[in-house]
Amino acid sequence: MIVAKRKPFEEIKNLLKGYRKVLNVGCGTCVAVCLVGGEKEVAVLNAELDMARKLEENPVEMGAITVERQCDMEYLEILDSMVDEYEALLSMACGAGIQFLAERYPAKPVLPAVDTTFLGVNQTVGWYEERCRSCSSCVLGLTGGICPVTMCAKGLYNGPCGGTNKGSCEIDKNQPCAWYQIYERLKAQNRLDCILEITPPSEWQNQIPRTVIQPGYKKQEKK
Amino acid sequence: MRLDYPSNIKIIRVPCTGKVDVMHLLGAIQKGADGVYCVGCMEGACHYNAGNLRARERVMHVQKLLEEVGIEGDRVRMYNLSSGEGPTFAAYAKEMTEHIKKLGPNPLKKWARAKNKE
Repeated sequence: MIVAKRKPFEEIKNLLKGYRKVLNVGCGTCVAVCLVGGEKEVAVLNAELDMARKLEENPVEMGAITVERQCDMEYLEILDSMVDEYEALLSMACGAGIQFLAERYPAKPVLPAVDTTFLGVNQTVGWYEERCRSCSSCVLGLTGGICPVTMCAKGLYNGPCGGTNKGSCEIDKNQPCAWYQIYERLKAQNRLDCILEITPPSEWQNQIPRTVIQPGYKKQEKK
Repeated sequence: MRLDYPSNIKIIRVPCTGKVDVMHLLGAIQKGADGVYCVGCMEGACHYNAGNLRARERVMHVQKLLEEVGIEGDRVRMYNLSSGEGPTFAAYAKEMTEHIKKLGPNPLKKWARAKNKE
């Protein structure tokens, strides 16, 4: 799941300075699950903005809608009949959703209300931890299901480095060494030969925007 | 017991304070209420285990949100008592009323009044 956190209220308020009618668009998928940009969070942010602007004697009219997913054009369609009424759009989706919204309505200012943070897991309600950096070359099969790119401070494909210190990382005693954990897990699984395999350096495909077309599909004309 | 408590207090009954949502508290202030307080069971005595503890977390969260907005967070409070404590309920009602009177009216009241006239 994509995990985000809400921008500081002052920052959102500043982004909206000068607009008097704004549509706040929530997203019902990842950011709703991590409690930052779903229907409820849209209502709370709108209430805050409404109160803050009234206190400044400069009221803003906030519209609210939460779509199933902002990263899917078919779910944005519902907004077509609404956006013209508004001076700007505020999006509580992840960075991908915000950009897709801006792409669909290029004439409207689209403003972010959250900071997209990582791909992570849900430890319990409200507690999320990063697990994947979308490096495009997964080595979890060799590393006992522990990602060295995410969990190692240096993101080493081949480790550990000289900074491993009795299970901790050199950057902090409380930060476990990912490669120590990988070693322990592989040892328990009797698969220590995996750690000897050398993984070639990443081509850092993540420096340009990537595209995935699944087998059986092809690039189609954009609607 | 026929106890007196201030008549300005409007009671909204919920099955458990765990039902009280951030938007219930925030919405009350947004609509012009001078203050809102939650009265839950004693901590550690919730029939649903953690309803009143969740309510306290939410009250504290709303306090922070209100401070961000520019309204005194202390307009929203959490109290705990057991269901047999009628006099304590009345005492808390009095305490909250006096506390809110000290803070003065909700600055958003005029906007709420204007909306009511519409």
